[in-house]
Amino acid sequence: MQEEQVKLLGLWFSPFVRRVEWALKFKGIEYEYVEEDLTNKSSLLLTSNPVHKKVPVLLHNGNPIVESLVIIEYIDENWKQNPILPQDPHERAKARFWANFIEQKITEAMRTALVTQGEQQEKVVKELKEAMEVLEGEAAAKLNDKTLFFGGKNGLGYVDIVLGWICNWVEVIEEVGGFKVLDPQKQPHIHKWMANFVEVPLIKPTLLPKEKMVVCFQMVRQAHLGLAAKK
Amino acid sequence: MAESEIKLLGAWPSPFVMRARIALNIKSIDYEFHQEKLGSKSQLLLESNPVYKKIPVLIHDQKPICESLIIVQYVDEAWSSGPSILPSDPYDRAIARFWAAYIDDKWFPSLSGLAKAQGEEAKKAAMDQVREGFLLLEEAFGKCSKGKDFFGGDRIGYLDIALGCFLGWLRVSEKMNGVKLLDAAKTPGLAGWADKFCGDDAVKDVMPETDKLTEFAKILFQAKANAPPPAN
Repeated sequence: MQEEQVKLLGLWFSPFVRRVEWALKFKGIEYEYVEEDLTNKSSLLLTSNPVHKKVPVLLHNGNPIVESLVIIEYIDENWKQNPILPQDPHERAKARFWANFIEQKITEAMRTALVTQGEQQEKVVKELKEAMEVLEGEAAAKLNDKTLFFGGKNGLGYVDIVLGWICNWVEVIEEVGGFKVLDPQKQPHIHKWMANFVEVPLIKPTLLPKEKMVVCFQMVRQAHLGLAAKK
Repeated sequence: MAESEIKLLGAWPSPFVMRARIALNIKSIDYEFHQEKLGSKSQLLLESNPVYKKIPVLIHDQKPICESLIIVQYVDEAWSSGPSILPSDPYDRAIARFWAAYIDDKWFPSLSGLAKAQGEEAKKAAMDQVREGFLLLEEAFGKCSKGKDFFGGDRIGYLDIALGCFLGWLRVSEKMNGVKLLDAAKTPGLAGWADKFCGDDAVKDVMPETDKLTEFAKILFQAKANAPPPAN
């Protein structure tokens, strides 16, 4: 049988890369991890993702797939064991809807809040709080003592893998950016979900120490604010 | 006959609604179209899409599905016996999804950016962005179509729908700015594709005529200009 060659180009501090790693581990897929250098992007990265020049890039038998959500669906469709998305078309549509919501309203907004300040940041933080409220509503509706994850009775699913980054990154970005969005009083169901997520055996060893991330993201914030000041 | 099990909440000028309609047409699905009024949202819309309160919304067996590309994938998966909308191979599917995301995240904002641009310089910058996007999409068309008529091959598919739905508004932008954005000289593949797409059976009845859309655009921009600033 032909051996599958799976390679992942990544950055240790990227939540988009981490998601893909979780998906690969969830499926029990062996892969080679290659750490990229943003200041010196490899030719493999540049030829594999000429449009965006970003990680993650999954290379399957040499064929590149990019964009974390696209990669996760590819992994799910190509390797049938341990399904990530539900089987039922309507449930799939709901899972994709929430993954999309998380990406547009939370992930992108967090990125903006990290690299802005003053009024610009305030506006984004306000929108973030509203988005977290909506997500809390969905968590309250879906999760309970028997259903710990959005994947339902199958345990982890697509939405969990897409949202999971908040467990390791949001506190870091809040500290570096000087704002607060997470609130255990306002988002009790999300906080319970986070506490359960970080204990999942495949997730726990992948979590990084906060201090290391804070240093890294402080540099990202300074670099962006410095660029903005020059304009 | 029982009340229609399939409803689509939408509006005729919306390219996103068109995506859903084309998908339903490909599968020959009968549905009830509920035209939303400009400037107001029906109770059904607010109940079916409480998160975004936007069209399109597909309601199937009383269950709502929201977001145009999610609806297209749902239609493909729920009516799996009809002609396929997404490619069958997982890698081809990933490529189609990648370019659809590019269209929504990068290319379409450049087209709507053109409509919002104030002044000659801003307009030119926006037009350049649209054209640059077309160059990338021309290359994608070459790779995906493999010499056939559509991104999907012999028949229109996911990526055709994702891009083709904007052709009406593209032509309005070209007309109102007196420019060519989709240039047959620079992007011959896409130019040929555009004509074939608009003539496709699943598309031609739901693609609005450029004149009608231009009139609508004028009303829309006038309404936006006249509207009081939104209260926060």
